[in-house]
Amino acid sequence: MSAVDPTFDLDGQPVPLQPGDTILSAAARAGLDIPHLCWSDEVSGSASCRLCTVLADGRPVAACVTPAVAGQKVECRTASLATQRLRLLQMLFVEGNHFCPGCEKSGNCVLQVQAERAGMTALHFEALNPERPVDASHPDVLFEPNRCILCQLCVRASDEIDGKRVFAIGGHGIATRLLIDSPSGRLGDSALSVHDRAAHICPVGALLPKRVGFAVPIGRRRFDNEDTRG
Amino acid sequence: MDAADSDGPARLAADAVMARWRRDPHALVQILRDTQAVTHWLSRPLLAHIAGALGLTLAQVEGVAGFYRFFHTRPVGRTRLLFSDNITDRMLGSETLLAQLCARLGVAPGEVDAQGRFSVDRCSCTGLCDQGPALLVNHHQVVTRLDAARVDALADLLLAGTPVGQWPAEWFAVVDGVQRADVLLGGLADDAPALPVVLAQSPQALLDEVAASGLRGRGGAGFPAARKWLACRDAAGDLRVVVCNADEGEPGTFKDRVLLASHADAVFDGMTVAARAVGAQQGFVYLRGEYRFLLPQLEQVLARRRAQGLLGPDACGISGFDFDIALHLGAGAYVCGEESALIESLEGKRGTPRIRPPFPVQAGYLGRPTVVNNVETFCAVAHIARRGGAWWAGIGTAQSTGTKIHSVSGDCARPGLYEYPLGTPIAQMLDDCGARDAQAVQVGGPSGTCVPAPEFNRAIAFEDVPSAGAFMVFDRTRDLFEVARHFARFFAHESCGLCTPCRVGTELVVRRLDKLAHARGAGQGSAFDIALLHDLDTALHSGTHCGLGASACNPLRDTLRHFGAAYAQRATAPQFQPDVDLDAELSSARRATGRDDAGAHLHTDTPA
Repeated sequence: MSAVDPTFDLDGQPVPLQPGDTILSAAARAGLDIPHLCWSDEVSGSASCRLCTVLADGRPVAACVTPAVAGQKVECRTASLATQRLRLLQMLFVEGNHFCPGCEKSGNCVLQVQAERAGMTALHFEALNPERPVDASHPDVLFEPNRCILCQLCVRASDEIDGKRVFAIGGHGIATRLLIDSPSGRLGDSALSVHDRAAHICPVGALLPKRVGFAVPIGRRRFDNEDTRG
Repeated sequence: MDAADSDGPARLAADAVMARWRRDPHALVQILRDTQAVTHWLSRPLLAHIAGALGLTLAQVEGVAGFYRFFHTRPVGRTRLLFSDNITDRMLGSETLLAQLCARLGVAPGEVDAQGRFSVDRCSCTGLCDQGPALLVNHHQVVTRLDAARVDALADLLLAGTPVGQWPAEWFAVVDGVQRADVLLGGLADDAPALPVVLAQSPQALLDEVAASGLRGRGGAGFPAARKWLACRDAAGDLRVVVCNADEGEPGTFKDRVLLASHADAVFDGMTVAARAVGAQQGFVYLRGEYRFLLPQLEQVLARRRAQGLLGPDACGISGFDFDIALHLGAGAYVCGEESALIESLEGKRGTPRIRPPFPVQAGYLGRPTVVNNVETFCAVAHIARRGGAWWAGIGTAQSTGTKIHSVSGDCARPGLYEYPLGTPIAQMLDDCGARDAQAVQVGGPSGTCVPAPEFNRAIAFEDVPSAGAFMVFDRTRDLFEVARHFARFFAHESCGLCTPCRVGTELVVRRLDKLAHARGAGQGSAFDIALLHDLDTALHSGTHCGLGASACNPLRDTLRHFGAAYAQRATAPQFQPDVDLDAELSSARRATGRDDAGAHLHTDTPA
């Protein structure tokens, strides 16, 4: 009798797990989608967006940083978690200034597609309309803080992949913001290069390489489907 | 000197401070504190200088400076006054006194006067609720028992430029206020065995006694102390750390302040017992910044204990037991009471709770297995190690052994500290403190439970109403909606900003409650707004990164349930009203057209 690979149960599906797996990394390898924004297999987890919250044996945990345990029952596609994901997305939308029709990232934006998949049709909460000046000082990369969702992917990519520590998190509470390491605090004076991974890892349109706007037309983008391809 | 004057003197001050801390980047929070004590505020060039000297980036240092409420990255007055803003301070009239002082000084709250002499603002609870209203001076001293006369005299001294050292000494008086003492507040008996005698037992025997006592952590979570110690002892690693959590930030809690002021030896005894039991070499007391005034006397006690051989190499005469304790100060961040955030702060970082696992007992301070326990927990250990686990287990209830100290404040005749065996009914405590006509008690602080009058027969115990030690009494003249709104502001102010539900959700709760309170220029509240509050409560109870977010809606949930009428009476609009003030939105159009007639105005509130 051969040894059976250890698995956990995700919404009724067995998911094989390997040592060091989190719930999300094991599910991703098995091709099962747990909605997420701030996780990437390229960098360490920040557990900040909470979109990947699942019930592990009934307890809400962030799937991106919670070790997968053999035999565990994990629920993701429940009605209450669907509502929770919708509320979290609405919170992120009202926290910043997100105008999809005018955003170069539209069609490639993970926040947008998650909201679409969650069935979000309205903000639900009042828009906070923050005032965040755009930083276009860098010759090759635009920083548009109005779209930043504080996922920390750029922070971690710059630390862990590029070895540059260009970004950090500042402030606290609703005034939390992305800091740029440079004497002026502006991107143009920082060590960021357009070739850095940090310049491309942003899931939304907060960090965008310049001069490639609409190189791929709307309708031909990553999250376009038969309905939007036109 | 001011950092703004020129960078030279400020840099020299920072250099001296950094030399004292051996340019250790893990001491960044201490370095910023000590530097600011000289320079008053932390300018960006100064932060860059510190970053360069410590091998950190400017953004990292800026991120730390911007995280803690007591660090100023903009110019502030040479004398900085922060009014304690717990609900109990407000009930004692703190807002009127704040307005009085601001009027006398000619400065608005949150601002600095034109000459840069003083700035006045609010801060979270300073832990002086039984002798408030209180204020914090230069993040260093506290003035208690404020009243109109004292504020007037304070304004005179400030305007005359009298240095703080020459203010009347009685203003700084902080009393213990013990109203009911049991074993902990009673102190160690005169004939109690000395610590070296106690530590003659094997580490395993010490651990066994704590296990037999059933002692659970007094910081709020109630985790069994012995299980935490065992996990730390058995974790892989050469160096181990014992941390005393003296970041007593839960509004309405002030028991640890008294234990540190009057029973510091017992607390340090408990830490040393823990160190012996788990095999730790390094000890820290993380003292909340608001208790800075306790620092000199605590340093004195530690120096005496080193001289007595109770700390240091071969501590307590035990060959090879090298254990010492260092004091670290917080800088105004409630979330640092969470043990992993506290460890981040000890390491000189933003106080963001860590991702767990690993737990601190596996990998805590600098990755070393670390035990973090509350001040009161260590104090209890000092007694248990001498009198045995069975003695402690004989007090209280089966699941909640021993005594618990309660910080009683609010509407009662005799506020102060009350120590009872766990399992004591709330009604008895109300009786003892002279609370008449109470309609509710906030047990365990804002993150705890709001217990309404019909439930006063319930007992304080882990299995009934658990408590981290706050006991705030509200009589029938108080509006529980306003209490909940005050606590909502507290949580939004103290959110670390990491996770979406807490960062955004706490702010949305505040705005919705403000709308119901008509505190913003928005429309009247309706049933829709109350439904939305229920939505937010569900979202924050469904998966935040740490306990702060998870408990941020507890006051909202409890008061919605028990005092729904206080909400309903504010939700008077028959239908939803917009959140924005439509009339205010038209102001730019009015300016552009030069109109201000009735037709150029809109009214958000539709007639009922």
